[in-house]
Amino acid sequence: MRIVCKGRSILTPLGTTVQENFDAVCRGDSALRRYEGMFGVKEPFVASLMDRKEWTREGHTFFDSLVIETARRAVEDAGIDPASPRTAFVLSTIKGNIELIGKQDVTLAASARTLTGAFGNPNPALVVSNACISGLAALLQGHRILCGGGFDHVVVVGCEVQSRFIVTGFQSLKALSEAPCKPFDVHRDGLNLGEAAAAVVLGFGEDGWELVDGAVRNDANHISGPSRTGEGSYKALRYVLRHISAGELAFVNVHGTSTLYNDEMESIAIDRAGLIGVPVNALKGVFGHTMGAAGILESILSMEAVDAGLVLPTRGFSELGVSRPVLVSAETRKTDKKAFIKLLSGFGGVNGALLFGKGGAGC
Amino acid sequence: MLTIKRFAAIPNGADLTGLYRNMAGDYPKFFKMDTACKLGFLLAEQLADEARFVPREDRAVLMFSTHGCLCNDRHYEETVQDFPSPSLFVYTLPNIITGEIAIRNKYEGETSAYVLDRFDPERFCSLIEQAFQDVVTRSAVCGWVECRADDDFTAFAFLVERGGNGKEFNAETIYGTVNQ
Repeated sequence: MRIVCKGRSILTPLGTTVQENFDAVCRGDSALRRYEGMFGVKEPFVASLMDRKEWTREGHTFFDSLVIETARRAVEDAGIDPASPRTAFVLSTIKGNIELIGKQDVTLAASARTLTGAFGNPNPALVVSNACISGLAALLQGHRILCGGGFDHVVVVGCEVQSRFIVTGFQSLKALSEAPCKPFDVHRDGLNLGEAAAAVVLGFGEDGWELVDGAVRNDANHISGPSRTGEGSYKALRYVLRHISAGELAFVNVHGTSTLYNDEMESIAIDRAGLIGVPVNALKGVFGHTMGAAGILESILSMEAVDAGLVLPTRGFSELGVSRPVLVSAETRKTDKKAFIKLLSGFGGVNGALLFGKGGAGC
Repeated sequence: MLTIKRFAAIPNGADLTGLYRNMAGDYPKFFKMDTACKLGFLLAEQLADEARFVPREDRAVLMFSTHGCLCNDRHYEETVQDFPSPSLFVYTLPNIITGEIAIRNKYEGETSAYVLDRFDPERFCSLIEQAFQDVVTRSAVCGWVECRADDDFTAFAFLVERGGNGKEFNAETIYGTVNQ
């Protein structure tokens, strides 16, 4: 039996279904816009933000509301019983309800309780908080929980909402661009933050998208700067490439935050891993950096792309600005391959790669 | 089978700077760290074996807590209004503790941070066993670092390995070791 995706859901400013979001990406839309005075932040910033009034449910915070709603939609899509003791929940987020610090219990553990409580599930949800690779790490954790036995399904939910806390932090690190970000571009000058929620239900099966394998590796180099040699990303890629050759991959969907160092590091890792001939794309120019949601959101849209025979465009990219000649997909292009790699990296020197395949590709 | 190679614990309220001077003393980055990272660093120093300082992919760092880095989050939040502190902000991620341990010791394997409702030896054990599904991982620094405030914490860690001669790593031995 393989571990496959049985249900999916995406909530972003561009759409509230997987299809709406996929269509928006294909059209070249972006939810990035400039905000002034938002969250009480003095400096203006560019971000992709959701409508709080529309999504906040009575009795819940904005963050918890999005988590519950996206989980509900994925569970419905999969047609599983979320209250079953054989269903586990994994929550991926970096900062959860941090905007309410000092006002209520903002531990990620409290959000995990709220999530399982909403579905009457008896198992305490596990929170994976592994910086910007959290969503990828949570999917890998779902895979491991199923391999470990005792569960039929794992609902993997990723979400991030923005706040003064997070925006000022990235501003203080001088990591934000004042314009919509430009992944891998010669003029890239920083990232944009984004809000989103996305969920995948993993289970056993023979059909559909298989989560083949994944790995997390550390650069062991610097807590807030990526390795100059792409060490962790290279090692994570090498691990998943045990299952597949470069020629079988439709694309590598990279992190592509649009900071100088991240994109350069990824280009080195891709080159070292022998993937320089594989198309590469990034979705940060569409949704911004959605942090705990990114790994799940970007994996789902990559599955949709392969199903449609497409490599999605990299919004914001026009001229290659990294040292290795990676094949950045500027426009939509066709593919007949049935597998892809999702790559992410983050603070703490952490990097991760996941391999997805369909119809036995990559197994 | 997984076994316990080493175990380390830091008493609640311990003088962390004093411990650092006794144990390491040659790593000034220690003073930049938040309390949770200091605890993780000191635990990893106690667990360190011959396998450190040479880059190695087969050792993972897996850290668990309920509060994550909330203690440091409060310190950062206090700076936000006037001058947001980048040096505090980088410690507002629950996984930085794993990164600090990886950097110090050159552990290039998996690093993961998890938040649990409470310390539960069964769950702690099964999540660590699951991490060993990664076929490259041969050993792991596995810690519970619960930092409620800068002077109120629970911190212990195991060095767990595949095979080995130590006690089997299971819920019972975890419970027994932590409470000895």
